Amino acid sequence: MTAELGHFALILAFAISIPQIFIPMIGAHKDWNNWMRFAAPAAIAQFLLVGLAFAMLTVAFVTSDFSVKLVVANSHSAKPMLYKVTGVWANHEGSMLLWITILTLFGATVAVWGENLPPSLKARVLSVQSMIGAAFLGFILFTSNPFTRLSQPPIDGNGLNPLLQDPGLAFHPPFLYLGYVGLSMAFSFAVAALIEGKVDAAWARWVRPWTLAAWIFLTIGIGLGSWWAYYELGWGGWWFWDPVENASFMPWLMATALLHSAIVVEKRNALKSWTVLLAILAFSFSLIGTFIVRSGVITSVHAFANDPERGVFILAILAVAIGGALTLYAFRATQLQSTAVFSLVSRESGLVMNNLLLTVAAAVVFVGTIWPLVVEIATGAKVSVGAPFFNIAFTPFMVVLAMILPIAAMLPWKRSNLKRIIQPLWGIAALSVALGAAVWVMQTGGRMLAPVGLTLAFWVIAGAVADVASRVKLGKAPLSESIRRAGNLPRADWGKMFAHSGFGLMIFGISAIMAWEFEDIRTVEIGETFPLQVYELRFDAVEGIQGPNYTAARGEFTLLKDGVEISKLYPEKRNYTVSGTKTTEAAIDQSLLRDVYVVLGDRQSDGSWAVRSYVKPFTNWIWVGVFTLAFGGVLSITDRRYRVAATARKAAMPAVPAE
Amino acid sequence: MLKYLLLILMLATPVLAVQPDEILDDPVLEARARVISKVLRCLVCRNENIDDSNAELARDLRLLVRERLVAGDTNQEVEDFVVDRYGEFILLMPVFNLSNAMLWFAGPILIIVGGRISLVFIRRRSAGSALSESLTDEEQKKLDAVLNA
Repeated sequence: MTAELGHFALILAFAISIPQIFIPMIGAHKDWNNWMRFAAPAAIAQFLLVGLAFAMLTVAFVTSDFSVKLVVANSHSAKPMLYKVTGVWANHEGSMLLWITILTLFGATVAVWGENLPPSLKARVLSVQSMIGAAFLGFILFTSNPFTRLSQPPIDGNGLNPLLQDPGLAFHPPFLYLGYVGLSMAFSFAVAALIEGKVDAAWARWVRPWTLAAWIFLTIGIGLGSWWAYYELGWGGWWFWDPVENASFMPWLMATALLHSAIVVEKRNALKSWTVLLAILAFSFSLIGTFIVRSGVITSVHAFANDPERGVFILAILAVAIGGALTLYAFRATQLQSTAVFSLVSRESGLVMNNLLLTVAAAVVFVGTIWPLVVEIATGAKVSVGAPFFNIAFTPFMVVLAMILPIAAMLPWKRSNLKRIIQPLWGIAALSVALGAAVWVMQTGGRMLAPVGLTLAFWVIAGAVADVASRVKLGKAPLSESIRRAGNLPRADWGKMFAHSGFGLMIFGISAIMAWEFEDIRTVEIGETFPLQVYELRFDAVEGIQGPNYTAARGEFTLLKDGVEISKLYPEKRNYTVSGTKTTEAAIDQSLLRDVYVVLGDRQSDGSWAVRSYVKPFTNWIWVGVFTLAFGGVLSITDRRYRVAATARKAAMPAVPAE
Repeated sequence: MLKYLLLILMLATPVLAVQPDEILDDPVLEARARVISKVLRCLVCRNENIDDSNAELARDLRLLVRERLVAGDTNQEVEDFVVDRYGEFILLMPVFNLSNAMLWFAGPILIIVGGRISLVFIRRRSAGSALSESLTDEEQKKLDAVLNA
């Protein structure tokens, strides 16, 4: 019953999405209020129905209903409950259902919390949102039905890929989807604004919270994914420039650019047509990402050709959405002239630089990601574009970005004197370079990466703090005055400080691990102690253990420093009995200064074991940086100017009787 | 019992990335081997270099790289050797040639063109308006004098 109910709810949602496209759009065009008012209840109904379908699929997974094909293929009765739930979206059909659930969720938030929007804009936004919804509901219903039943249910399921059975990955897809599907809001607002022919500060203020929310989720989602890769995928790599990773990283870069350009629209009424274009492009990259991941086209053109139905369907959605939006843009963008003036040295210019660097960086990632495909289609040859290329082609843009960030962030709007703005930053610049030089002298190897990285990291972080310090006149005014000013500082300014510092912390973590990682590979006998950089590692024992759905050999290691025990480490080699898959579970002794990372290898013929161990300095700062970035976003989204809008709306709203 | 069963199972598991027995005695050669291994693709894996890969083929390639290095090849000669055998697909960083020129030039071209457009845009924004670049030092002094008076 549950599966049929879910399927039926999806069909109903699809049936509602079609009129939701036309009725509000025509209503907005003709200025018919009752037609426009159709949009909100329709969007809410769409969300409730899709949500019901999602709940039904979850029930099927939780109760291990093996008459549903998807459950058989991706679940097993012996799987822990958490992974039965996450199994819902750890497959093609389920992940598309999650995608559409989140899409309709965002539509519903506009319907519920969008009372302060002009009725025509709200109607058009929900109409555009429903176009995307209808396209993807059609995709699910016609090519990827998650509720297909089997006529002869098997006794048990096939289980879930063991690599995916991990708490870090369990929550990675929902966050990621909240992020890049959330960008659909920016897209819908942009298209609606083009149809209206009006983009102003108010538009930017409405679109910003949604973009910011999407960006926060995307940041956390990518962070969780890379953290999972770090401890689960072997040797402690945290970013592989895999097409699937790039698929989420490109929208992130574009969303970051969009957040910055939307500020210019909001505060200065400039960069309007560019911001609209960015909003379209950001979601276009989300769609391209979905296509890349879901069609298998990047792994091999042949994989795509074997099962072209889904790929062609998404490609069609992609072409219509992106092509349509850009065509509309071409016709309407000229109407979005802004009159604001600013000089070469101004915050506006700084934000233009930010946008230039971020979009070009995204374009480089895009070209690198699709290059093998382009070459294969054009010449039939197979080439690879991997991490070494991206490290060289992408990094320079981030270096330049980090160099100009503290200066640009302190520039006032309209015009400024560069000399005066730079003044408080000279000291920081000198300190950063001195720090880098000191590191260069102290380290033994000649790699420039660590000194340069540290210089940039310190420059960005101290610059972000100096910005706030100068805003509150720290040191220039009495302390009590500075504290009073700090209390009055808008939260968005604190958000800016945290977000920029987060970027600096990431640079620090990344350059530290790339420059100073220490690796040791050797065979070790049980009972043997061997030196590991400044530590010693003792291999105590190996024992067989039985997990809920796997068996494992678990090594026991003692980490010592100068003979004193620091901690015990238990790396495992697991064998998942249902699928026969084997995985290695690294053991990590974590701290903010360094991670000691131990992997148990194979047993050698002489009875000893291969052991790989690493000392990875300051690694966790990468993720501290990611979460500081996201925290900055959270502070920004709770800024007074959005809350004021919210209270104004509440005051205007009639009291709702309790149910 | 479980323990022994497991130990037998473990013997049958696929080999891990760089094994202790692969490592060359000469640390300089070994370091070079690691550098080369990081730019060679494990052909049967998904976006993995042979240094990180657990596949049999990756192990064979790692041993091949070390063999060539011991035989006295330069890094470039080793790479050319494997490209001759396995094709350009094995290089994770595409070589710079005519057909790959657009890949390598994409970033620089875009930043130059984009930078040019931005500059023209900003110039147009600031030109024709009453905005001069900023106050001159003299004007600033006058202003300060007025404000502090």
